[in-house]
Amino acid sequence: MSQGNKIVIKDFSFYYDSFQALQNIDLDIRSKGIFTVFGPARSGKTTLLKSLNRLTDLIFGASHTGAIFLDGTDIYDPKMDLTHLRKRIGMVFDLPTPLPISIFDNVAYGPKLSGNTKKCLNEIVEKALKSAVLWEEVKDRLHTSALRLSGGQQQRLCIARVLALEPEVLLLDEPCSGLDPISTASIEETLFQLKKDYTIILVPHNIQQASRVADRVGFFLNGDLVEEGPVYQIFTKPKDKRTEDYVTGRFG
Amino acid sequence: MGAISTLAVMILILFQILKEGLPVLHLRFFLESPKSMGREGGIFSTIIGTMALTGVAILFGAPLGVGTAVFLREYTRESKISRIIRFGTDCLAGVPSIIFGLFGFVFFVIKLNMGWSILSGGLTLAAMILPTVISTAEESIKAVPSSYREVSYSLGGTKWQTVTRVVLPSALPGIFTGILLSVGRSIGETAAVILTAGSSLVMPTSLFSPIRTMSVHFYILAREGISMEMAYGTGATLILLVLIINVIAQWLIDRYIRHRT
Repeated sequence: MSQGNKIVIKDFSFYYDSFQALQNIDLDIRSKGIFTVFGPARSGKTTLLKSLNRLTDLIFGASHTGAIFLDGTDIYDPKMDLTHLRKRIGMVFDLPTPLPISIFDNVAYGPKLSGNTKKCLNEIVEKALKSAVLWEEVKDRLHTSALRLSGGQQQRLCIARVLALEPEVLLLDEPCSGLDPISTASIEETLFQLKKDYTIILVPHNIQQASRVADRVGFFLNGDLVEEGPVYQIFTKPKDKRTEDYVTGRFG
Repeated sequence: MGAISTLAVMILILFQILKEGLPVLHLRFFLESPKSMGREGGIFSTIIGTMALTGVAILFGAPLGVGTAVFLREYTRESKISRIIRFGTDCLAGVPSIIFGLFGFVFFVIKLNMGWSILSGGLTLAAMILPTVISTAEESIKAVPSSYREVSYSLGGTKWQTVTRVVLPSALPGIFTGILLSVGRSIGETAAVILTAGSSLVMPTSLFSPIRTMSVHFYILAREGISMEMAYGTGATLILLVLIINVIAQWLIDRYIRHRT
Protein backbone atom coordinates (compact mmCIF):
# COMPACT_ATOMS: atom_id res chain seq x y z
CA MET A 1 0.00 0.00 0.00
CA SER A 2 1.55 3.26 -1.03
CA GLN A 3 1.85 6.21 1.29
CA GLY A 4 -1.02 8.72 1.31
CA ASN A 5 -3.82 6.35 0.37
CA LYS A 6 -6.72 6.76 2.75
CA ILE A 7 -8.93 4.10 1.24
CA VAL A 8 -7.87 1.12 -0.77
CA ILE A 9 -10.55 -0.91 -2.54
CA LYS A 10 -9.40 -4.31 -3.73
CA ASP A 11 -11.30 -6.46 -6.22
CA PHE A 12 -14.59 -5.40 -4.65
CA SER A 13 -17.89 -6.68 -6.05
CA PHE A 14 -21.32 -6.03 -4.63
CA TYR A 15 -24.59 -7.86 -5.19
CA TYR A 16 -28.23 -7.10 -4.43
CA ASP A 17 -29.51 -10.67 -4.37
CA SER A 18 -28.46 -11.82 -7.85
CA PHE A 19 -28.00 -8.35 -9.36
CA GLN A 20 -24.36 -7.34 -9.47
CA ALA A 21 -24.09 -3.61 -8.73
CA LEU A 22 -20.30 -3.33 -8.57
CA GLN A 23 -17.86 -5.40 -10.60
CA ASN A 24 -14.37 -6.10 -9.33
CA ILE A 25 -13.51 -2.55 -8.37
CA ASP A 26 -9.86 -1.71 -7.70
CA LEU A 27 -9.43 1.85 -6.55
CA ASP A 28 -7.08 3.83 -4.31
CA ILE A 29 -8.35 7.05 -2.84
CA ARG A 30 -5.73 9.48 -1.61
CA SER A 31 -5.81 11.26 1.68
CA LYS A 32 -7.37 14.77 1.62
CA GLY A 33 -8.90 16.42 -1.41
CA ILE A 34 -12.03 15.64 -3.37
CA PHE A 35 -12.41 12.38 -5.23
CA THR A 36 -15.41 12.44 -7.51
CA VAL A 37 -17.30 9.38 -8.63
CA PHE A 38 -19.38 10.08 -11.72
CA GLY A 39 -21.33 8.18 -14.33
CA PRO A 40 -24.89 7.64 -15.50
CA ALA A 41 -27.67 6.41 -13.24
CA ARG A 42 -27.48 2.85 -11.95
CA SER A 43 -23.74 2.64 -12.42
CA GLY A 44 -23.09 1.74 -8.79
CA LYS A 45 -22.00 5.12 -7.39
CA THR A 46 -24.31 5.15 -4.39
CA THR A 47 -23.60 1.49 -3.71
CA LEU A 48 -19.89 2.24 -3.65
CA LEU A 49 -20.40 5.07 -1.15
CA LYS A 50 -22.65 3.03 1.10
CA SER A 51 -20.20 0.14 0.99
CA LEU A 52 -17.51 2.42 2.40
CA ASN A 53 -19.33 3.02 5.69
CA ARG A 54 -21.19 -0.29 5.57
CA LEU A 55 -24.65 1.25 5.39
CA THR A 56 -25.17 -1.57 2.90
CA ASP A 57 -25.38 -3.85 5.94
CA LEU A 58 -28.96 -2.60 6.38
CA ILE A 59 -30.04 -3.97 3.01
CA PHE A 60 -31.57 -7.41 3.09
CA GLY A 61 -30.09 -9.87 0.63
CA ALA A 62 -26.95 -7.87 -0.13
CA SER A 63 -23.54 -9.50 -0.34
CA HIS A 64 -20.01 -8.65 -1.47
CA THR A 65 -16.64 -10.10 -2.35
CA GLY A 66 -13.22 -8.46 -2.17
CA ALA A 67 -12.04 -6.02 0.48
CA ILE A 68 -11.99 -2.35 1.42
CA PHE A 69 -9.21 -0.96 3.60
CA LEU A 70 -9.36 2.24 5.62
CA ASP A 71 -5.85 3.23 6.67
CA GLY A 72 -4.83 -0.37 6.09
CA THR A 73 -7.61 -1.93 8.18
CA ASP A 74 -10.17 -4.15 6.50
CA ILE A 75 -13.54 -2.53 7.23
CA TYR A 76 -15.39 -5.79 6.60
CA ASP A 77 -13.41 -7.53 9.32
CA PRO A 78 -15.96 -9.17 11.65
CA LYS A 79 -14.22 -7.49 14.58
CA MET A 80 -14.76 -4.03 13.06
CA ASP A 81 -16.66 -1.69 15.37
CA LEU A 82 -19.43 -0.36 13.11
CA THR A 83 -20.22 2.62 15.30
CA HIS A 84 -16.59 3.67 15.24
CA LEU A 85 -16.32 3.11 11.49
CA ARG A 86 -19.36 5.25 10.75
CA LYS A 87 -18.01 8.02 12.94
CA ARG A 88 -14.78 7.99 10.94
CA ILE A 89 -16.59 7.89 7.61
CA GLY A 90 -19.50 10.34 7.60
CA MET A 91 -22.17 10.42 4.93
CA VAL A 92 -24.46 13.07 3.46
CA PHE A 93 -27.38 11.83 1.37
CA ASP A 94 -28.79 13.04 -1.93
CA LEU A 95 -31.80 14.74 -0.38
CA PRO A 96 -31.52 16.85 2.77
CA THR A 97 -32.49 14.61 5.67
CA PRO A 98 -32.81 16.76 8.78
CA LEU A 99 -34.33 14.91 11.70
CA PRO A 100 -37.55 16.52 12.99
CA ILE A 101 -35.78 18.06 15.95
CA SER A 102 -34.09 21.41 16.51
CA ILE A 103 -31.09 22.62 14.54
CA PHE A 104 -28.92 22.23 17.62
CA ASP A 105 -30.13 18.71 18.35
CA ASN A 106 -29.54 17.66 14.75
CA VAL A 107 -25.89 18.65 14.91
CA ALA A 108 -25.53 17.29 18.43
CA TYR A 109 -27.15 13.98 17.57
CA GLY A 110 -23.93 12.11 16.74
CA PRO A 111 -21.80 13.54 19.56
CA LYS A 112 -24.59 12.85 22.07
CA LEU A 113 -24.65 9.18 21.08
CA SER A 114 -21.08 8.84 22.24
CA GLY A 115 -21.91 10.57 25.48
CA ASN A 116 -20.51 14.10 25.20
CA THR A 117 -21.35 16.45 28.04
CA LYS A 118 -23.70 19.35 27.56
CA LYS A 119 -20.90 21.89 27.84
CA CYS A 120 -18.84 20.20 25.15
CA LEU A 121 -21.87 20.03 22.88
CA ASN A 122 -22.22 23.79 22.62
CA GLU A 123 -18.67 24.10 21.35
CA ILE A 124 -18.96 21.12 19.02
CA VAL A 125 -22.18 22.40 17.48
CA GLU A 126 -20.84 25.90 16.94
CA LYS A 127 -17.64 24.62 15.38
CA ALA A 128 -19.46 22.20 13.08
CA LEU A 129 -21.95 24.84 11.92
CA LYS A 130 -19.10 27.25 11.24
CA SER A 131 -17.24 24.63 9.20
CA ALA A 132 -20.35 24.01 7.14
CA VAL A 133 -20.73 27.81 6.63
CA LEU A 134 -24.14 27.83 8.25
CA TRP A 135 -23.44 29.37 11.65
CA GLU A 136 -24.13 33.00 10.71
CA GLU A 137 -27.54 32.12 9.27
CA VAL A 138 -28.81 30.06 12.19
CA LYS A 139 -26.94 31.21 15.30
CA ASP A 140 -29.98 33.09 16.63
CA ARG A 141 -32.44 30.24 16.17
CA LEU A 142 -30.55 27.09 17.09
CA HIS A 143 -33.50 25.72 18.99
CA THR A 144 -36.12 26.02 16.28
CA SER A 145 -37.01 22.99 14.21
CA ALA A 146 -34.54 22.06 11.48
CA LEU A 147 -37.47 21.46 9.13
CA ARG A 148 -37.98 25.22 8.87
CA LEU A 149 -34.66 25.78 7.11
CA SER A 150 -34.47 26.14 3.33
CA GLY A 151 -33.30 23.17 1.26
CA GLY A 152 -29.76 24.50 0.89
CA GLN A 153 -29.53 25.29 4.58
CA GLN A 154 -30.86 21.84 5.44
CA GLN A 155 -28.18 20.21 3.32
CA ARG A 156 -25.43 22.29 4.96
CA LEU A 157 -26.95 21.30 8.29
CA CYS A 158 -26.56 17.67 7.26
CA ILE A 159 -22.92 18.37 6.43
CA ALA A 160 -22.48 20.08 9.81
CA ARG A 161 -24.09 17.11 11.50
CA VAL A 162 -21.50 14.82 9.97
CA LEU A 163 -18.63 17.21 10.71
CA ALA A 164 -19.63 17.33 14.38
CA LEU A 165 -18.28 13.80 14.67
CA GLU A 166 -14.91 14.95 13.28
CA PRO A 167 -14.78 12.19 10.69
CA GLU A 168 -11.76 11.50 8.50
CA VAL A 169 -13.69 10.77 5.35
CA LEU A 170 -16.81 12.49 4.01
CA LEU A 171 -19.12 10.67 1.63
CA LEU A 172 -21.42 13.00 -0.30
CA ASP A 173 -24.05 11.42 -2.52
CA GLU A 174 -25.33 14.07 -4.94
CA PRO A 175 -25.59 16.59 -2.11
CA CYS A 176 -26.81 19.31 -4.47
CA SER A 177 -29.38 17.33 -6.43
CA GLY A 178 -32.40 19.10 -5.00
CA LEU A 179 -30.87 22.55 -4.76
CA ASP A 180 -30.88 25.81 -6.71
CA PRO A 181 -27.64 27.21 -8.19
CA ILE A 182 -27.07 29.64 -5.32
CA SER A 183 -27.37 26.94 -2.66
CA THR A 184 -25.21 24.67 -4.81
CA ALA A 185 -22.53 27.34 -5.02
CA SER A 186 -22.50 27.77 -1.27
CA ILE A 187 -22.17 24.03 -0.74
CA GLU A 188 -19.33 23.83 -3.25
CA GLU A 189 -17.67 26.71 -1.42
CA THR A 190 -18.03 24.69 1.78
CA LEU A 191 -16.43 21.69 0.10
CA PHE A 192 -13.43 23.76 -0.95
CA GLN A 193 -12.94 24.77 2.67
CA LEU A 194 -13.27 21.18 3.86
CA LYS A 195 -11.03 19.41 1.40
CA LYS A 196 -7.94 20.79 3.11
CA ASP A 197 -8.69 18.67 6.16
CA TYR A 198 -10.90 15.85 4.96
CA THR A 199 -10.86 13.09 2.40
CA ILE A 200 -14.04 13.78 0.45
CA ILE A 201 -15.70 11.33 -1.88
CA LEU A 202 -18.39 13.05 -3.90
CA VAL A 203 -21.01 11.87 -6.33
CA PRO A 204 -21.79 15.07 -8.27
CA HIS A 205 -25.24 15.64 -9.66
CA ASN A 206 -23.82 16.46 -13.08
CA ILE A 207 -20.54 16.40 -14.98
CA GLN A 208 -20.09 20.15 -14.70
CA GLN A 209 -19.98 19.89 -10.95
CA ALA A 210 -17.39 17.13 -11.20
CA SER A 211 -15.18 19.35 -13.33
CA ARG A 212 -15.64 22.31 -10.97
CA VAL A 213 -14.80 20.71 -7.66
CA ALA A 214 -12.88 17.47 -8.18
CA ASP A 215 -9.19 16.82 -7.73
CA ARG A 216 -9.39 13.28 -9.02
CA VAL A 217 -12.30 11.52 -10.67
CA GLY A 218 -13.42 7.99 -11.37
CA PHE A 219 -15.87 7.19 -14.17
CA PHE A 220 -18.32 4.40 -13.45
CA LEU A 221 -20.51 2.61 -15.96
CA ASN A 222 -22.83 -0.31 -15.17
CA GLY A 223 -20.94 -1.18 -12.02
CA ASP A 224 -17.54 -0.98 -13.70
CA LEU A 225 -14.81 1.51 -12.88
CA VAL A 226 -13.95 2.48 -16.46
CA GLU A 227 -11.07 4.79 -15.63
CA GLU A 228 -9.69 6.93 -12.87
CA GLY A 229 -7.24 9.82 -12.76
CA PRO A 230 -6.71 13.55 -12.20
CA VAL A 231 -9.68 15.64 -13.25
CA TYR A 232 -7.94 17.51 -16.10
CA GLN A 233 -6.76 14.28 -17.67
CA ILE A 234 -10.13 12.52 -17.56
CA PHE A 235 -11.96 15.52 -18.97
CA THR A 236 -9.44 16.46 -21.65
CA LYS A 237 -7.53 13.31 -22.57
CA PRO A 238 -9.52 10.29 -21.43
CA LYS A 239 -7.90 6.96 -22.25
CA ASP A 240 -11.12 5.04 -22.68
CA LYS A 241 -13.51 5.62 -25.56
CA ARG A 242 -16.54 5.24 -23.24
CA THR A 243 -15.27 7.96 -20.91
CA GLU A 244 -14.73 10.28 -23.84
CA ASP A 245 -18.20 9.58 -25.20
CA TYR A 246 -19.75 10.27 -21.80
CA VAL A 247 -17.89 13.49 -20.97
CA THR A 248 -18.50 14.87 -24.43
CA GLY A 249 -22.16 14.05 -24.09
CA ARG A 250 -22.51 11.38 -26.76
CA PHE A 251 -24.55 9.32 -24.28
CA GLY A 252 -25.77 9.95 -20.80
CA MET B 1 -75.92 12.09 4.22
CA GLY B 2 -73.96 9.46 6.12
CA ALA B 3 -71.97 12.11 7.90
CA ILE B 4 -75.09 13.99 8.90
CA SER B 5 -76.86 10.91 10.25
CA THR B 6 -73.74 9.87 12.17
CA LEU B 7 -73.57 13.31 13.67
CA ALA B 8 -77.31 13.23 14.43
CA VAL B 9 -77.06 9.91 16.27
CA MET B 10 -74.09 11.17 18.28
CA ILE B 11 -75.84 14.38 19.24
CA LEU B 12 -79.00 12.46 20.15
CA ILE B 13 -77.12 10.12 22.49
CA LEU B 14 -75.15 12.91 24.08
CA PHE B 15 -78.24 15.07 24.45
CA GLN B 16 -80.28 12.29 26.05
CA ILE B 17 -77.63 11.34 28.59
CA LEU B 18 -76.57 14.87 29.42
CA LYS B 19 -80.19 16.04 29.72
CA GLU B 20 -80.96 13.34 32.26
CA GLY B 21 -77.54 13.24 33.85
CA LEU B 22 -76.40 16.85 34.20
CA PRO B 23 -78.98 17.87 36.85
CA VAL B 24 -77.52 15.18 39.12
CA LEU B 25 -73.98 16.45 38.79
CA HIS B 26 -72.92 18.42 41.83
CA LEU B 27 -69.58 18.54 43.51
CA ARG B 28 -70.97 16.23 46.19
CA PHE B 29 -71.90 13.67 43.54
CA PHE B 30 -68.24 13.43 42.54
CA LEU B 31 -66.74 13.55 46.00
CA GLU B 32 -69.08 11.31 48.03
CA SER B 33 -69.06 7.55 48.01
CA PRO B 34 -72.27 5.72 47.10
CA LYS B 35 -74.75 5.04 49.90
CA SER B 36 -77.43 2.32 50.08
CA MET B 37 -76.34 0.46 46.93
CA GLY B 38 -75.92 3.70 45.01
CA ARG B 39 -79.45 4.98 45.54
CA GLU B 40 -78.00 7.96 47.38
CA GLY B 41 -74.64 9.63 47.84
CA GLY B 42 -72.15 10.08 45.02
CA ILE B 43 -69.86 7.97 42.87
CA PHE B 44 -66.42 8.83 44.25
CA SER B 45 -65.27 5.25 44.82
CA THR B 46 -66.29 4.25 41.30
CA ILE B 47 -64.31 7.17 39.80
CA ILE B 48 -61.26 6.03 41.73
CA GLY B 49 -61.97 2.43 40.70
CA THR B 50 -62.20 3.39 37.02
CA MET B 51 -59.00 5.39 37.08
CA ALA B 52 -57.06 2.71 38.98
CA LEU B 53 -58.23 -0.03 36.64
CA THR B 54 -57.51 1.95 33.48
CA GLY B 55 -54.15 3.00 34.90
CA VAL B 56 -53.11 -0.59 35.53
CA ALA B 57 -54.35 -1.64 32.09
CA ILE B 58 -52.31 1.06 30.34
CA LEU B 59 -49.30 0.53 32.59
CA PHE B 60 -49.06 -3.10 31.48
CA GLY B 61 -50.69 -2.98 28.06
CA ALA B 62 -48.93 0.03 26.54
CA PRO B 63 -45.27 -0.96 27.09
CA LEU B 64 -45.98 -4.54 26.08
CA GLY B 65 -47.87 -3.46 22.98
CA VAL B 66 -45.35 -0.83 21.89
CA GLY B 67 -42.53 -3.27 22.60
CA THR B 68 -44.16 -5.88 20.40
CA ALA B 69 -44.65 -3.35 17.63
CA VAL B 70 -40.99 -2.29 17.83
CA PHE B 71 -39.94 -5.92 17.73
CA LEU B 72 -42.12 -6.62 14.69
CA ARG B 73 -41.02 -3.53 12.77
CA GLU B 74 -37.41 -3.00 13.76
CA TYR B 75 -36.00 -6.26 15.00
CA THR B 76 -37.42 -8.88 12.63
CA ARG B 77 -37.99 -9.07 8.94
CA GLU B 78 -41.17 -10.60 7.56
CA SER B 79 -40.85 -14.16 8.75
CA LYS B 80 -42.86 -17.03 10.13
CA ILE B 81 -42.56 -15.66 13.67
CA SER B 82 -43.71 -12.15 12.78
CA ARG B 83 -46.61 -13.54 10.75
CA ILE B 84 -47.70 -15.73 13.65
CA ILE B 85 -47.54 -12.81 16.09
CA ARG B 86 -49.49 -10.59 13.73
CA PHE B 87 -52.10 -13.29 13.11
CA GLY B 88 -52.38 -13.75 16.87
CA THR B 89 -53.01 -10.08 17.53
CA ASP B 90 -55.54 -9.90 14.71
CA CYS B 91 -57.42 -12.82 16.28
CA LEU B 92 -57.18 -11.20 19.68
CA ALA B 93 -58.74 -8.03 18.25
CA GLY B 94 -61.83 -9.97 17.20
CA VAL B 95 -62.43 -11.68 20.54
CA PRO B 96 -65.51 -10.33 22.38
CA SER B 97 -64.72 -8.66 25.68
CA ILE B 98 -66.79 -11.12 27.70
CA ILE B 99 -64.37 -13.85 26.60
CA PHE B 100 -61.49 -11.75 27.92
CA GLY B 101 -63.48 -11.48 31.13
CA LEU B 102 -63.89 -15.23 31.29
CA PHE B 103 -60.18 -15.73 30.65
CA GLY B 104 -59.29 -13.15 33.30
CA PHE B 105 -61.65 -14.79 35.76
CA VAL B 106 -60.25 -18.27 35.24
CA PHE B 107 -56.61 -17.26 34.96
CA PHE B 108 -55.97 -14.17 37.11
CA VAL B 109 -58.81 -14.40 39.63
CA ILE B 110 -58.79 -18.13 40.30
CA LYS B 111 -55.62 -19.73 38.97
CA LEU B 112 -53.21 -17.00 40.10
CA ASN B 113 -55.38 -16.44 43.14
CA MET B 114 -55.52 -12.66 42.76
CA GLY B 115 -59.21 -12.62 43.50
CA TRP B 116 -61.57 -9.94 42.21
CA SER B 117 -59.15 -7.04 42.24
CA ILE B 118 -57.79 -4.00 40.47
CA LEU B 119 -54.81 -6.11 39.40
CA SER B 120 -56.90 -8.96 37.92
CA GLY B 121 -59.16 -6.51 36.11
CA GLY B 122 -56.29 -4.31 34.95
CA LEU B 123 -54.32 -7.23 33.55
CA THR B 124 -57.41 -8.53 31.76
CA LEU B 125 -58.01 -5.13 30.20
CA ALA B 126 -54.31 -4.93 29.29
CA ALA B 127 -54.71 -8.14 27.29
CA MET B 128 -57.86 -6.75 25.72
CA ILE B 129 -56.28 -3.48 24.53
CA LEU B 130 -53.07 -5.13 23.34
CA PRO B 131 -54.18 -5.61 19.70
CA THR B 132 -55.18 -1.94 19.39
CA VAL B 133 -51.91 -0.72 20.87
CA ILE B 134 -49.84 -3.07 18.74
CA SER B 135 -51.50 -2.30 15.44
CA THR B 136 -51.58 1.49 15.87
CA ALA B 137 -47.98 1.52 17.11
CA GLU B 138 -46.89 -0.68 14.23
CA GLU B 139 -48.59 1.57 11.70
CA SER B 140 -46.98 4.70 13.06
CA ILE B 141 -43.54 3.08 13.32
CA LYS B 142 -43.93 1.96 9.73
CA ALA B 143 -44.69 5.54 8.74
CA VAL B 144 -41.36 6.86 10.07
CA PRO B 145 -39.26 7.63 6.96
CA SER B 146 -36.46 5.10 6.51
CA SER B 147 -34.11 8.01 5.82
CA TYR B 148 -34.31 8.90 9.54
CA ARG B 149 -33.00 5.48 10.43
CA GLU B 150 -30.30 5.68 7.78
CA VAL B 151 -29.17 9.04 9.15
CA SER B 152 -29.00 7.69 12.68
CA TYR B 153 -26.99 4.65 11.65
CA SER B 154 -24.69 6.72 9.46
CA LEU B 155 -23.90 8.92 12.47
CA GLY B 156 -22.77 5.89 14.41
CA GLY B 157 -26.04 5.08 16.13
CA THR B 158 -26.73 1.57 17.32
CA LYS B 159 -30.06 -0.11 16.68
CA TRP B 160 -31.25 0.63 20.21
CA GLN B 161 -30.20 4.29 19.97
CA THR B 162 -31.90 4.59 16.59
CA VAL B 163 -35.13 3.12 17.90
CA THR B 164 -35.27 5.11 21.12
CA ARG B 165 -33.97 8.46 19.84
CA VAL B 166 -35.35 8.66 16.32
CA VAL B 167 -38.02 6.09 15.54
CA LEU B 168 -40.11 6.19 18.71
CA PRO B 169 -40.13 10.00 19.08
CA SER B 170 -41.30 10.31 15.47
CA ALA B 171 -43.95 7.65 15.94
CA LEU B 172 -45.08 9.02 19.29
CA PRO B 173 -48.20 10.93 18.17
CA GLY B 174 -49.57 7.79 16.49
CA ILE B 175 -48.67 5.55 19.41
CA PHE B 176 -50.28 8.03 21.78
CA THR B 177 -53.47 8.02 19.74
CA GLY B 178 -53.61 4.24 19.97
CA ILE B 179 -53.14 4.37 23.73
CA LEU B 180 -55.87 6.97 23.93
CA LEU B 181 -58.29 4.69 22.09
CA SER B 182 -57.36 2.01 24.59
CA VAL B 183 -58.05 4.31 27.50
CA GLY B 184 -61.50 4.92 26.08
CA ARG B 185 -62.14 1.21 25.70
CA SER B 186 -60.89 0.46 29.21
CA ILE B 187 -63.05 3.12 30.79
CA GLY B 188 -66.12 1.93 28.95
CA GLU B 189 -65.57 -1.80 29.39
CA THR B 190 -68.19 -3.51 31.56
CA ALA B 191 -68.51 -7.25 30.92
CA ALA B 192 -64.84 -8.13 31.36
CA VAL B 193 -64.59 -5.89 34.43
CA ILE B 194 -67.48 -7.38 36.40
CA LEU B 195 -65.93 -10.83 36.02
CA THR B 196 -62.43 -9.80 37.07
CA ALA B 197 -62.57 -6.72 39.29
CA GLY B 198 -65.88 -7.40 40.99
CA SER B 199 -68.46 -4.77 41.82
CA SER B 200 -67.58 -3.72 45.34
CA LEU B 201 -68.57 -0.21 46.34
CA VAL B 202 -65.98 -0.08 49.12
CA MET B 203 -63.11 2.32 48.59
CA PRO B 204 -60.07 0.31 47.36
CA THR B 205 -56.98 0.27 49.55
CA SER B 206 -54.54 -1.70 47.43
CA LEU B 207 -54.09 -3.28 44.00
CA PHE B 208 -55.68 -6.41 45.44
CA SER B 209 -58.90 -4.66 46.47
CA PRO B 210 -62.01 -5.34 44.43
CA ILE B 211 -63.59 -2.25 42.90
CA ARG B 212 -66.55 -1.11 40.89
CA THR B 213 -65.95 1.06 37.82
CA MET B 214 -68.33 3.74 36.61
CA SER B 215 -69.52 1.64 33.69
CA VAL B 216 -70.25 -1.31 35.98
CA HIS B 217 -71.96 1.05 38.41
CA PHE B 218 -74.07 2.44 35.60
CA TYR B 219 -74.94 -1.07 34.44
CA ILE B 220 -75.99 -2.25 37.91
CA LEU B 221 -77.95 0.90 38.74
CA ALA B 222 -79.92 0.68 35.53
CA ARG B 223 -80.29 -3.06 35.34
CA GLU B 224 -81.34 -3.60 38.96
CA GLY B 225 -83.59 -0.58 38.73
CA ILE B 226 -81.87 1.01 41.72
CA SER B 227 -81.89 4.56 40.48
CA MET B 228 -82.14 5.77 36.89
CA GLU B 229 -81.32 9.26 38.05
CA MET B 230 -78.00 8.16 39.54
CA ALA B 231 -77.35 5.95 36.50
CA TYR B 232 -77.67 8.93 34.14
CA GLY B 233 -75.46 10.97 36.44
CA THR B 234 -72.80 8.28 36.24
CA GLY B 235 -73.18 8.08 32.47
CA ALA B 236 -72.81 11.83 32.10
CA THR B 237 -69.69 11.78 34.28
CA LEU B 238 -68.27 8.98 32.16
CA ILE B 239 -68.83 10.94 28.97
CA LEU B 240 -67.36 14.11 30.43
CA LEU B 241 -64.30 12.22 31.70
CA VAL B 242 -63.62 10.68 28.29
CA LEU B 243 -64.14 14.09 26.69
CA ILE B 244 -61.70 15.79 29.05
CA ILE B 245 -59.06 13.10 28.54
CA ASN B 246 -59.41 13.39 24.77
CA VAL B 247 -59.17 17.17 24.75
CA ILE B 248 -56.07 17.18 26.96
CA ALA B 249 -54.44 14.41 24.94
CA GLN B 250 -55.16 16.15 21.64
CA TRP B 251 -53.70 19.34 23.01
CA LEU B 252 -50.55 17.52 24.10
CA ILE B 253 -50.16 15.84 20.69
CA ASP B 254 -50.61 19.15 18.85
CA ARG B 255 -48.06 20.82 21.04
CA TYR B 256 -45.59 17.99 20.52
CA ILE B 257 -46.00 18.03 16.73
CA ARG B 258 -45.71 21.81 16.56
CA HIS B 259 -42.53 21.62 18.58
CA ARG B 260 -40.97 19.25 16.08
CA THR B 261 -41.87 21.00 12.84
